[in-house]
Amino acid sequence: MEFVYIILPFALLLAGIALIAFIWAAKSGQFDDLETPGRRVLFDDATEDADAELPSDSQPPK
Amino acid sequence: MKQPSLDLLPKAPARIVAPAEDCVHCGLPLANERVVDDAGHAFCCAGCQTVFGVLNASGSGAFYRLRGDEAGAAAHVSGRGFGEFDDATFFELYGERLTGESSRVAVSLYVEGVHCSACIWLIERLPRLVPGVVSAELDYGRRIARVVYDPAHVSLSAIARGLDRLGYAPHPVRGQRAQQARQREERRELVRLGVAGALAMNAMLIAFALYGGILSGMDPGMRQFLRAGSLGLALLAVLWPGRTFLRGGLIALRTRTAHMDLPIALGLVAGIAGGAFNTLAGRGEVYFESVALLVFFLLVGRYLQGRQQRVAQDSLELMHALTPAVARRFDAASVSFVEVPAAALQIGDRIELRSGDVAPADGRVASGSSTLDLALLSGESRPVPVDPGDEVFAGCTNLSGRLELVVSQTGTATRLGELMLLVEQANARSAPSVRFADRMAGRFTWALVALAGLTLALWWPVDPARAVEHAVALLIVACPCALGLATPLAIVAAVGKAARRGVLIQGGAALERLTGAGTLFLDKTGTLTNSAMVLASAWGARAEWTWMLALERTSRHPLALAVCQALEAQIELEGFACDGEQLGSGLAIKDIQEVLGRGLQARVDSATCLIGSAAFLREHGVEVQVELAAVWPALAKREDPAATFDLAALHARGQSVVLAARDGRLVAALGFGNALVPQAHAQVAALQARGWRVGILSGDDPAIVARVGAELGLVPADVHGGVTPEGKLAMVEAALQNGARPGHEPQPVVMVGDGVNDAAALAAASVGIAVQGGAEASLAAADIYMNAPGLSQLTALIDGARRTRRVIRRGLNVSLAYNSIAAALAMAGLINPIWAAILMPVSSLTVVSLAYRSRTFDAPGRPALG
Repeated sequence: MEFVYIILPFALLLAGIALIAFIWAAKSGQFDDLETPGRRVLFDDATEDADAELPSDSQPPK
Repeated sequence: MKQPSLDLLPKAPARIVAPAEDCVHCGLPLANERVVDDAGHAFCCAGCQTVFGVLNASGSGAFYRLRGDEAGAAAHVSGRGFGEFDDATFFELYGERLTGESSRVAVSLYVEGVHCSACIWLIERLPRLVPGVVSAELDYGRRIARVVYDPAHVSLSAIARGLDRLGYAPHPVRGQRAQQARQREERRELVRLGVAGALAMNAMLIAFALYGGILSGMDPGMRQFLRAGSLGLALLAVLWPGRTFLRGGLIALRTRTAHMDLPIALGLVAGIAGGAFNTLAGRGEVYFESVALLVFFLLVGRYLQGRQQRVAQDSLELMHALTPAVARRFDAASVSFVEVPAAALQIGDRIELRSGDVAPADGRVASGSSTLDLALLSGESRPVPVDPGDEVFAGCTNLSGRLELVVSQTGTATRLGELMLLVEQANARSAPSVRFADRMAGRFTWALVALAGLTLALWWPVDPARAVEHAVALLIVACPCALGLATPLAIVAAVGKAARRGVLIQGGAALERLTGAGTLFLDKTGTLTNSAMVLASAWGARAEWTWMLALERTSRHPLALAVCQALEAQIELEGFACDGEQLGSGLAIKDIQEVLGRGLQARVDSATCLIGSAAFLREHGVEVQVELAAVWPALAKREDPAATFDLAALHARGQSVVLAARDGRLVAALGFGNALVPQAHAQVAALQARGWRVGILSGDDPAIVARVGAELGLVPADVHGGVTPEGKLAMVEAALQNGARPGHEPQPVVMVGDGVNDAAALAAASVGIAVQGGAEASLAAADIYMNAPGLSQLTALIDGARRTRRVIRRGLNVSLAYNSIAAALAMAGLINPIWAAILMPVSSLTVVSLAYRSRTFDAPGRPALG
């Protein structure tokens, strides 16, 4: 069981790194707005199409 | 790609055609009136057409594909110039210079009309639509767009016009600093929560290894190592995220007030100290995982509660953004009136007040005459006429003519500013109420200490070491985890449900204070009565009504609007053909002259016709009888021959009278009053049945207020009219003192109002409730905001508050039961860390499910069950 003496501090170290990452994320405002980014991610591909589209011909869907 | 400027886009000619399908832009079904562009696209309104044109011309047609089925809001393009956005004061107030990049600046704007994902896409495309904009980012939940731009290349008003032409009217976000402070607070709490969670879970992992040791034995060295590890984690949990409880407990001790933090801090300290001693001594039990879990669970409750409160405050402040703070100031350079922020006004400035504008500062009328609506400022329901030389106060609305004012006071020096100062003072004076859970915590702490002492005393003769051990175990397992969660969770759940009904509650304390019956003061205008006037009685020949209606349609005076509505309704009732257009078409009406605030004169079919106040008719030589026989009660089919139209009596009853004369002879008379809101009787009776003393505090004419009070069956002593804002404040404070009962919870004093004149009273009352359509000041002062005018939400709110209290009590009882069982086990020496770690989450989960499954605020329409 001696491996526990090494593995436990190591596990806590990993958890500590994850925690530091979380604190950084929270402090830099990553969790301020939980709604918009989730919707925004839907647009990435579509934006490219929009540029190719001819403005005068674009027909809205009925 | 070419980037067309929004302002240069050609506007397609619009015409009105016949009905069919849905609006191309917003997808709403089209009514008879519609707008069609050259390509044959049909729109519900010019706003939708503008947006459609802008989108297609700028290559943003993908909007329609992106939004999918989410459509459903007509675009409202205000078409304003947004000149005040370019004023230097505006940028100072709302703008922000970016550090590091000297040429770019940012501004946050509240945008109206955001309703779907495609709106995010469209607003964030602003850099392509308005050259000079660097980036635009939308916070969908709060509807705030943060726009970064280069002031050398684009003006803020051009950005605002760009957003407006997309259908998102922008407004400056006021109270931004307070919002930023709340956001920082939220981040701090989130960090605390995350740290506590990580520590608790890791402590739990180590604890599982230790449980194995309890059940089947463990190498002492290994046990010592694991205990030391979890001591480190628990110590960190208590000293970092758990610090808030230690501090709260210390404050409670120092100020000798009961607070839930005290027993929590006691348990945390006992758990850490006892466990640390046992770890060093290498014997006994440790409860580190329970300590770390306790911190985590309690922080979850606090985080949810804090978040709810921040959301409520945010949405209230964003509503302020919708009230404009614009002034039209005379600009000597351009010899015209230009829009500036109200904050930029200085004493001596010449400003213009158009019909419908709200005065941005106190001033004296330099030219023009009009009538003013003072309802929000003083509670006066009748329009007040003003002429050159008269004083106009900030916050009153100009109803009819155009006015030019010379500013005499600005900002906090105005009458409005003085009232706001009164609000601040009242807010600072009102003592924070002791909350039910905290009062309970006081007794709980004493019980805990007494039981721990008892355990020590009982076990000491047996074995001093075990006595300490059991006392420590008792302090931990009886630590009020579920007890600390019960109140915040029940309130969070109730406030969330209330918000869905359109009732915004700031903080749970207001909800708790609504549970005990006390005194409830209602403001009259906007709360008990509609601000619009309705016909109360009429006299005269019906044949006269057609020309009266045709003439009154040309005026914008509020009483004229009331005349039109009343006559149309009455004519419809009596079976006339009531198509508005045709009604006056057979008449030849010429030479219409309006004397502002007094009446109208015109020639109808070669007869000279007058319509207006009694004084106006007398001036024109009409003999006005004081009593007229045979009156029609409103909305009745025939006249009542016994009743008389007594002008003096009508005035005493608070009615406004409109008279009509043809060729110098009085031919018709109409009496108008403020109508009670629907179900006012039933709602007031329901409140009285719940033990509330209902009264009226109004700034309106005492005669009118007394009549409303009598109609509702209120005690005349509780009905006060003609009360100044300071008077309202004094009466609320007097009622608070009367309601104070030594040794008991004081009786709450609730104020319901909508005006600036109510604001100080709202702030001073135990619970201040603002109703829809209210002034910004009353929103700022109130604890609760109801989005429906009238009283219908009030009884629901009070019932909801009572049900919430019941849920809180149920939660507290359940957690007390758990604590008693745990305490009994600890005293008997039967508890071990495994039991402690099981009992705590189980009790907390019970409380959580009780809070969220209870029906505190039901959806409207469903019967509310207690």
